[in-house]
Amino acid sequence: MYETTYHRASSVDEAAALFSKGSEAKFLAGGHTLIPVMKQRLASPSDVIDIGKIKDLIGVQLSGDTLVIKAATTYYDIMTNADVKKAIPAIAHLTSVLGDPAVRSRGTIGGSIANNDPAADFPAALISLGATVKTNKRSISADDFFKGLFTTALEDGEIITEVAFPVPEKAGYAKMRHPASRFALTGVFVTKTKAGDVRVAATGASQSGVMRVPAIEAALKANWSASALDGVSVSASGLLSDIHGSADYRANLVKVMAQRAVQAAG
Amino acid sequence: MGMEGIGASVVRKEDKRFITGKGRYVDDIKLLGMTYAHFIRSPHAHAKVKSIDSSAAEAMPGVVAVLTGKQIVDDKVGNLICGWAITSKDGSPMKMGAWPAMAPETVRFVGQAVAVVIADSKNLARDAAEAVVVEYEELPAVADMPSALKPGAPQLHPEAPGNVVYDWHIGDEAAVGAAFSKAAHVVSLELTNNRLAPNAMEPRAAIADYDAAEEHFTLYTTSQNPHVARLVLSAFYNIAPEHKLRVIAPDVGGGFGSKIFIYPEEMVALWASKKVGRPVKWTGDRTEAFLTDAHGRDHISKAEMAFDADHKMLGLRVKTHANFGAYMSLFSSSVPTYLYATLLSGQYNIPAIYAEVMGVYTNTTPVDAYRGAGRPEASYLLERLVETAARQFKMDPAELRRKNFITQFPHQTPVIMAYDTGDFNASLDAAMKAIDYAGFPARKEAAKAQGKLRGIGLSCYIEACGIAPSKAVGSLGAGVGLWESAEIRVNPVGTIEVLTGSHSHGQGHETTFCQLIADRLGVPISQVSIVHGDTDKVQFGMGTYGSRSAAVGLTAILKAMEKVEAKAKKIAAHALEASEGDIVIENGEFKVTGTDKSIALPMVALAAYTAHNLPDGMEPGLKESAFYDPTNFTFPAGTYICELEVDQATGKTSFVNFVAADDFGRLINPMIVEGQVHGGLVQGIGQALLEHAVYDGNGQPVTASFMDYAMPRADDVPSFKLSHTTTLCPGNPLGVKGCGEAGAIGASAAVINAITDAIGNNKLEMPATPDRVWHAIHGNA
Amino acid sequence: MSTVKLTVNGKAVSAEVEDRTLLVHLLRDHLNLTGTHVGCDTSQCGACVVHIDGRAVKSCTVLAGQAAGANVTTIEGIARGDELHPMQAAFRDNHGLQCGYCTPGMIMSAIDIVHRHGGELDEATVREELEGNICRCTGYHNIVKAVLDAAGRMKVAQAAE
Repeated sequence: MYETTYHRASSVDEAAALFSKGSEAKFLAGGHTLIPVMKQRLASPSDVIDIGKIKDLIGVQLSGDTLVIKAATTYYDIMTNADVKKAIPAIAHLTSVLGDPAVRSRGTIGGSIANNDPAADFPAALISLGATVKTNKRSISADDFFKGLFTTALEDGEIITEVAFPVPEKAGYAKMRHPASRFALTGVFVTKTKAGDVRVAATGASQSGVMRVPAIEAALKANWSASALDGVSVSASGLLSDIHGSADYRANLVKVMAQRAVQAAG
Repeated sequence: MGMEGIGASVVRKEDKRFITGKGRYVDDIKLLGMTYAHFIRSPHAHAKVKSIDSSAAEAMPGVVAVLTGKQIVDDKVGNLICGWAITSKDGSPMKMGAWPAMAPETVRFVGQAVAVVIADSKNLARDAAEAVVVEYEELPAVADMPSALKPGAPQLHPEAPGNVVYDWHIGDEAAVGAAFSKAAHVVSLELTNNRLAPNAMEPRAAIADYDAAEEHFTLYTTSQNPHVARLVLSAFYNIAPEHKLRVIAPDVGGGFGSKIFIYPEEMVALWASKKVGRPVKWTGDRTEAFLTDAHGRDHISKAEMAFDADHKMLGLRVKTHANFGAYMSLFSSSVPTYLYATLLSGQYNIPAIYAEVMGVYTNTTPVDAYRGAGRPEASYLLERLVETAARQFKMDPAELRRKNFITQFPHQTPVIMAYDTGDFNASLDAAMKAIDYAGFPARKEAAKAQGKLRGIGLSCYIEACGIAPSKAVGSLGAGVGLWESAEIRVNPVGTIEVLTGSHSHGQGHETTFCQLIADRLGVPISQVSIVHGDTDKVQFGMGTYGSRSAAVGLTAILKAMEKVEAKAKKIAAHALEASEGDIVIENGEFKVTGTDKSIALPMVALAAYTAHNLPDGMEPGLKESAFYDPTNFTFPAGTYICELEVDQATGKTSFVNFVAADDFGRLINPMIVEGQVHGGLVQGIGQALLEHAVYDGNGQPVTASFMDYAMPRADDVPSFKLSHTTTLCPGNPLGVKGCGEAGAIGASAAVINAITDAIGNNKLEMPATPDRVWHAIHGNA
Repeated sequence: MSTVKLTVNGKAVSAEVEDRTLLVHLLRDHLNLTGTHVGCDTSQCGACVVHIDGRAVKSCTVLAGQAAGANVTTIEGIARGDELHPMQAAFRDNHGLQCGYCTPGMIMSAIDIVHRHGGELDEATVREELEGNICRCTGYHNIVKAVLDAAGRMKVAQAAE
């Protein structure tokens, strides 16, 4: 990696101030997205600002129908959190199949969504659950936050502080792992909201990153059951195709993973 | 056997350093004043190197030198060699393109080095490498064999028209033709054997240290065969004469064949160390391993088998294309020929075999021996063909195999090999019993009721290992003899050092070799040390590959041991005033049989070194050496059976059971043998389900990291049920066969046979990814 | 360049390193703790696993600066004098290693697995939990056996304390 300057921020304001001083600064929480890219010399931040130890950015709160996960909370702390398991067990499950144990002890929800890898798990949860991303400047709905491959609505220097998830009626996640990277070859998150709406998001499948799947949403809205999807066909157009999964295979996986997510959701 | 003798599952002596973090691998070593090398590698699969401008890099702080391919050629460092000469059908020699350690003019695969930066730190070397400006002129590239063989295809080497390395054959074409003309049934199959990256977990590394005063080099390297490295570096690469070059292979983190070869990076490190006057260290990263470690397999084959009306095999015809990559690696030529086609008889009595093998250059990483080396390709081809035949005949695949097994030994196959012993029915029976083969149809039905597709697949493999009788391999074109050497030093206090030319990089020699000594002398293994991996300590050796360390290396130790014992008995007899013929060795003592008179080993050793009272004319000391040349290959064989289920909706495979019944002759340490089988099986399963080194049409590697190349993880594979049947190898006094490669040789066919059985479609290639299996299930493959 | 202070295997240490230095290189190159290995560039193989504040992490994906002030335990720090950690002993007794290169990371991950699951481990769980550690030699069979064996030993050891 290229030489850089490491800073550890003790508050969000300090992190923002440090960022504005650097010529090409980057934030780092667990580092499990940024450091691999820096190691490959694909990123060369002048300054790396560690926000992973800011107390205000760590923790989970359940109040009423909203589950708030703060941005620098690690995957391990999310998957083992009692409130997460109680309010939205699908998030605990998603986190438990994300990365590997050592990755889960460092990686954070904020880092994952800020990167918006097209095969990352969390973007599907945010979209499906209709979550809201809060930053040090504003609130952004998940639908507006993810902008295609590795792109988000975040502005330069903007820091994600937390993600607020409305507690759903039911939600489930199922994932076919990529055999090499262990990211999602295809993962599908299904949600039935308390208002009775159905939102389904797939990751790892589309060439443009996390996507809603209207055909599956319509079928599940009519009949919330795995068998309701038997006759649904997902178009392979615009889906990723590589040595591990052709577009038509991924299209099949979107349906099959949706069925399994519905079964998991109950 | 004693508690620590032959046959005992002794825990490994070497483990303590590994489990406490005290292993000593090449990258752990630091020398005073050491510099670090970073290679500048071609991003193109085929290009002319127009110019290299290193002026900016050389001016950077901490940069010691930037050295190029032109300089290494000007300094007359030799081109890389291929050490096994193969002759084509038409009598012409194989066509070898020149391979300089760094490319002065033309690069032929992505990752080929064109220059190297030497700097005070690893980071500085890499920083400076980005400031070196290399101008390339891209040339058309070709990455796959069918394209490389087309008229008008890009040509890699002027020496090899049409990109053909050789067009070789073996066997009796006319006899095979006759067999097919009288056949009642013909079964045919086309298949590929997927290219693999060996991926030892320790990346390759080298430290070269030149001593100007002595004009002497020391090379620390990740090698399976340090003496061969010294020989080749001296005799062919002009680095230094052998007595001025010490090669040390300390702890080596796995090899699987990929660390047999002497690579450009070691040559460059040595040459650069002399040029800059400081030690030079290079440690590869994983991407460099994918780009530059010799790959394995990569065959495309067509096979046909003729049967009579009673389903007895009459003849086998095979045509194989073998991808060599861009250059001929050290033993590459032997792999798809003498290590492959000579095993095409498998466990079967096949009266006539004819195989043609065409070696092909492509703009990809060179291909050479990887665990099994040719034998997995032969076994996979034959075992899928036999399974295909059984399905065509609607016969139980076990029965078809049994009907055609060789049962009389020795057996001369039509393709050179003379099998010395074996009992193929015994291992088939053992495996079928272990997996409850008879109960499978009921289990398949039960699985079907739950919506799962269940399949069972057999693989009856045989391999030739214990490489190899020197005279035989010499007559087939090998450039070296494949004996092994050993030396036993009994110290004056009775402790023992065993110096061996075998090299352990995970195989546990420090334990198994001691067990032989414990067995012979009755001394605890704690009194015995194994010395290996250093050309200054061990006189010579051919190293460890081809499952040869027990059959060849340990036999050499036994031969030296016999000499030590003979001399020690003379000394003991003299001391005890007894007849030499009456001396027996028990529990570390030399006893006069039938009496209570004895003398302990340390006293014998002390007598040998004080030399105060030795038999007249005897030389002092107790140290003997031996060179052992095997009389034949050894022929491990066995049956693997895999039972699995396929998820119809996703094509994903899950193992239900995997059993292995192997015949390795006598086992020295069953625990270590089983560990070798486990590891081999998972490499075979990895090939069958996960692993594939892929290039795009322009020769760009698609799988150059663990993000894209799927390595088997713990949750991809099952636990195994192993068992052993035993026919002792008559070719060596210990009765041992090799066990290091069997798993990798036999496993892949068992897996694919099971999947194709489960899904009812035989058209399936490795790796059988969920995508491919799903397509095969749905019939649109 | 920065001065990084942390505790490694119970000892306070300090090193002057470039800010781009990874924890694994701090350990190997500056503290001469070469038991922690590097086997890939993409945070997957797990040869570099150490514990930071009791949790298994991949030291190739942590900047040295991130570990400042932390308590780091490496493979060199788990035995008590000559007494092996039960996981080390179980790897030896079950032949859970061959070339030894992945072993330090494997052992550090395995200890973390047992800590997180207590004695409630079965084969399938161990296999899933070893997802982040690649071994090319053993086929995992004996590693899984070793982890299950050690889980029992660690339960006994804990009960005795």
